[in-house]
Amino acid sequence: MEGGSLSEVTLSIGPQHPGSGHFRLLISIDGDTITKAIPDPGYVHRGVEKQAEYREYLQNIPLLERPVISDSNGSVYGYVLSVEKLAALVVPERAQYIRVLMAELNRIMSHLYWLAIYGIFLGHSTMFMWPFGDREVIIDLAQSVMGTRLTYSYFVPGGVRNDVPEGFKDKVLPALEFIEKRLPEYEAIFVENPVFVKRTKGVGVLRSEDAIKLGVVGPTLRGSGVNADARKDEPYDAYDKVDFDVPTFPEGDCLSRSKVRIEEMRQSIRIVRQVLDSIPQGAFRTKHPSILKPPHGSVYARAEAARGTFAYFITSKGDKTPYRLKISSPSFRNLPAFGFLMKGSYLADMPTIYWSLDYWPLEADR
Amino acid sequence: MVLFSLPEPFFTLFQILIFPGLLFALLFVMFMVWYERKLLAKMQVRVGPLYAGGLEGILQPVADFAKLLFKEIIVPKQADRMFFILAPTLMMALSVSMLALVPLSPTNAIANSNVAILMIIALLSLSPLVVIVAGWASNNKYSMIGGLRALHQMTSYAIPMSLSILGVVLMAGSFNLISIVESQKSAWYILLQPLGAIVFYLAALAELERVPFDIPEAETEIVMGWETEYSGINYGIIMTATYVKFYALAVLFTELFLGGWLGPAFVPPPIWTILKTFLVVTVMMIPRGVYPRFRIDQMLKFGWTTLLPLSLINLVLGLVVMNFLG
Repeated sequence: MEGGSLSEVTLSIGPQHPGSGHFRLLISIDGDTITKAIPDPGYVHRGVEKQAEYREYLQNIPLLERPVISDSNGSVYGYVLSVEKLAALVVPERAQYIRVLMAELNRIMSHLYWLAIYGIFLGHSTMFMWPFGDREVIIDLAQSVMGTRLTYSYFVPGGVRNDVPEGFKDKVLPALEFIEKRLPEYEAIFVENPVFVKRTKGVGVLRSEDAIKLGVVGPTLRGSGVNADARKDEPYDAYDKVDFDVPTFPEGDCLSRSKVRIEEMRQSIRIVRQVLDSIPQGAFRTKHPSILKPPHGSVYARAEAARGTFAYFITSKGDKTPYRLKISSPSFRNLPAFGFLMKGSYLADMPTIYWSLDYWPLEADR
Repeated sequence: MVLFSLPEPFFTLFQILIFPGLLFALLFVMFMVWYERKLLAKMQVRVGPLYAGGLEGILQPVADFAKLLFKEIIVPKQADRMFFILAPTLMMALSVSMLALVPLSPTNAIANSNVAILMIIALLSLSPLVVIVAGWASNNKYSMIGGLRALHQMTSYAIPMSLSILGVVLMAGSFNLISIVESQKSAWYILLQPLGAIVFYLAALAELERVPFDIPEAETEIVMGWETEYSGINYGIIMTATYVKFYALAVLFTELFLGGWLGPAFVPPPIWTILKTFLVVTVMMIPRGVYPRFRIDQMLKFGWTTLLPLSLINLVLGLVVMNFLG
């Protein structure tokens, strides 16, 4: 022990730690209580924003979805929307519906991934295995349409890369039924498990005014009882044509953040069902030159990814590459909550709070 | 089960080294490790070990142990070398000593001691001490926190565990495990003292650092707790010692509450003990697939406000039952 004193010890959680990810958390503990928690991101910074300035608008899509492979459609959605705004492209109605469909399937996948990792963060190995196995059902669906398992590059300015195959609806509905059947089982073994409730209830409480002050987004914000969702507040594509609720829970603790994500999966299933019923025929992409040269100007567009609002700010000087591309990623927005929530809680609550924020280091570092 | 007769010193040696002693226990432990992995795999919709040994990967524990045997023994530069290397061996010694005290049948008893129960409690109380020695000697913050957590945990389960055993001892009127089992001829103590059985079961889970009480080695919090710095065969010895203790405690549960080797005579007595032990082992493994981990303060609270009163109530109820049954 350094200094020979046990009263206050500094622990460096990460980047080499089973519960850290590519991320470091410097915490000071006094006995079993955390007195200070300093998040230290940047271990997987790749300079995505700068790299994007040297790529054409279409070439940027694979680059921008790499930071968030568990939710790649959600992460490029905002980019595609902003490029469409910039280049004044009109998206066919069918493409709008297909995008909503794929974004929601991706959200279910991402939340299942979150659930699995939350299981292992709390020492529940069954919860780690079940969602990971069940996620494959959705991944197979996505692969049959978009060709790859995780990094799809499917959303393009002006629509989607290719149309959904014939009879896709008959493949999706059984998968949705399967996930719907599994959700109560997850709740029974994990989210409503007395030990889980004991570990998460009243832990890491983020009151709504603090949540707004810290500027957190996504399920973290909705878990504090704030009804904010880009899909409802600024409807894009076909989101204003489908009926869904934005689940919010007022308690603001780790349990309510977990419940928000479980409920969001149910809402996503609801959206996918409606989209499948009302998807119109027509073109899946507008014709436009493959090298886009949008006119001078700056645009901002955002989309609700699985972890929260994924926003892009793009400035064009009329070239085939963006002059400047700024990403506002939800994980980075949620980063201030680390120090705020962990201070004063127990050391054992560190993983509980960490993963209740669904922090994705690559997304924050970009 | 007397299969053949050996002259006295050789028979004792046979009992210590082969059956029901070391070799049998280690084989059973190997089976337990494989069985646990298969059981968990079934619960988690996985396959589990599949190839080693041909039959559903039954030799996977052997392969794992052999791998650990060939790894380099790493001692951290800052560690207290002697105690760091000594701790796993001490732990193994404590676990293996328990084997001598838990008989599989009256004829398959290594030490037929009249104070067996007291010795088992003493051995169980010593093990957290070794854990804190290991945690301290590693000279690692995570190991230290893990060792302290083990000590805290011990304060919460040790007394309820002893009290739940005491209930059985009161009823049987003996500290000798053989007479305790023989006194269950009319009724198993799990029927007379269900509360005591539950308390002992939970305390045993905590003693073995099994889910949901695997707090001292909580992986995502403190890496592997007090085991963090151990690698290679040192880690293998720690794991084996834990599972030997697991086996010994399961046999103890069988003998305290499930009537040990008592059962219809078509199966020899030690086989009855082993079958019941297997059942107990299964029941002790299931929480690993069902529960997340407790927090240390919740464990302490659980120990002092739930387990302790329960074990005291069990003691009183046991006395009442004894008075009524004469």
